[in-house]
Amino acid sequence: MSRSRKRNWVKTTIGVALTGIMLFPVYWMLNVSLTRDQDMRKSPPDLLPLHGTLAGYRTVLDEQLPYLGTSLVIGLGTVVLTVALSAPAGYALAKLRPRGAGIVNFVLLAAQMIPGIIMAMGFYAIYLQLGLLQSVPGLIVADSTLAVPFGVLIFTAFMSGIPGELLQAATTDGAGPLRTFWSVVLPISRNAVVTVSLFAFLWSWSDFVFASTLGGGGAHEPITLGIYHYIGNNNQQWNAIMATAVVASLPAAVILVLAQRYVAAGVTAGAVKD
Amino acid sequence: MNQTTQLSDHRSEHVRNGAAAAPPPAPATKRLRPTSTQWAAWGFLAPVTVYLALFYAYPLYRNLDLSLRDYTVRSFVQGDAPFTGLANYRKVFADPTFAPALVHTALFTTVCLAFQYAIGLGLAVFFNQNFRLSATLRALFLVPWLLPLIVSASTWSWMLNSESGVVNAALHAIGIGPVDWLTSPSWSLASVIIANVWIGVPFNLVVLYSGLQSIPASLYEAAAIDGANAWQRFLRVTFPLLRPVSAITLLLGLIYTLKVFDIIWIMTKGGPADSSTTFATWSYQLGFGNLLPAFGPGAAVGNLLVVVALVFGLVYVRTQRRQALS
Repeated sequence: MSRSRKRNWVKTTIGVALTGIMLFPVYWMLNVSLTRDQDMRKSPPDLLPLHGTLAGYRTVLDEQLPYLGTSLVIGLGTVVLTVALSAPAGYALAKLRPRGAGIVNFVLLAAQMIPGIIMAMGFYAIYLQLGLLQSVPGLIVADSTLAVPFGVLIFTAFMSGIPGELLQAATTDGAGPLRTFWSVVLPISRNAVVTVSLFAFLWSWSDFVFASTLGGGGAHEPITLGIYHYIGNNNQQWNAIMATAVVASLPAAVILVLAQRYVAAGVTAGAVKD
Repeated sequence: MNQTTQLSDHRSEHVRNGAAAAPPPAPATKRLRPTSTQWAAWGFLAPVTVYLALFYAYPLYRNLDLSLRDYTVRSFVQGDAPFTGLANYRKVFADPTFAPALVHTALFTTVCLAFQYAIGLGLAVFFNQNFRLSATLRALFLVPWLLPLIVSASTWSWMLNSESGVVNAALHAIGIGPVDWLTSPSWSLASVIIANVWIGVPFNLVVLYSGLQSIPASLYEAAAIDGANAWQRFLRVTFPLLRPVSAITLLLGLIYTLKVFDIIWIMTKGGPADSSTTFATWSYQLGFGNLLPAFGPGAAVGNLLVVVALVFGLVYVRTQRRQALS
């Protein structure tokens, strides 16, 4: 008994060490974001931010807030558009079984395989004619293409788990398909809505390809471009660059804490109940 | 995600079989819904269908159109570029960048896949032992996958910086001279591969871990009773039973890795001297990277990439369907 417990501790120690190695770049980002300008080129570099400074974060507050705001607006817009498109589609594919569903499923799968850079070039040609380049709505639509196929997939899997009797009962009570969807299906699918929203937000927040091709040079640029300009200008203020990177990573951290549960719920709902 | 694709595929197969079958069989007629439900179903599907047509099919069509015409900046705005057939494709094939881009794309993809899969599998087997804190640590491993690519890429850029990077400092500490990771043509491809492996390991870990969970413990017990040691158990039980999941992981990884653009562009811009150029960065370089954009050839390179991705995509769909049916 004591021997197996001891072995367990050895494994935990190894696990912690491996995680430490894996997360070292993340730690390094934090460390550099707190390093003073004069220590930036020190050799060897300080492994701990002993002379820590918040100068980098002050620069973020001074220069990057508009970028962060734009990214927030684009992210929320992408979430609304993605859920509005994929939830009804998921309901139809899961419960109403339309003819031709196989084709829609296949197209959604193929859509996920198209490289973003190709989509970006097509969007560029279209937006140039429509005058949508460097506009927030244009970026929302483009970013939503990253999340809609995934959203339909999650909603379909989740909604297949809703018992048919429940929908039958709603129909018996005189509810039409629209009302059934709005008052019965959607409230039950709360977890799927949260999962899809979180990932849609994360992907649009992280998007660089569409931002740099469709959003570059405008009045409203997202945070990924804010960081990219910093690097591109041969800026030597790496504490400010890394501080921006830390701030840009916050949504990922939030998702890791919150979505863990929701993602697990979504996947098991799809896998177990069907 | 894997699970869910499999399920929906399986279902649609059923529906299609039901609809395609001759009328007599009872199950098929039972499955057929009244027309009103069909109308409702397509009502709910209509937004996404229109969306797919407008924002996937149409950009793809425009991209194809771009690649078949001789565009200049002026005709790009006016939309009257002359049709030139496959001239852009011929130009691309004859370009001195074509061969290096092809080699780099192949190298980048295979090396990344091999390391991501091997490390991911090793970690999945390790975490499958369920020790204290294993769930928490496994969750932390997801961080690199969740971070915005620009964040990972710029962090790696600074870590690999020739003069002030922590990697060269560590090498110096063990007596190895500085390496020009990002600025020397012989190391730039290796650098972007290292960064991309780091980003891809979590995905492999998660999918392979879920595959390991479905292998019944009784098989391991039986193998242990037969006197198999840990390595033999891995080779004879784990690895063969994980083959379907491995195939899916590798195929999806292949499709994702072919698409990688952000990491390479942010870290090296495909340079120095095209030493880390892949098809994805070359396409961007042609279309957006120069003062004088070459949209036609850029679109042509992009379309070659689409064809390759879709070919492997079809392999993926077939593999998955076979697994779902068996």
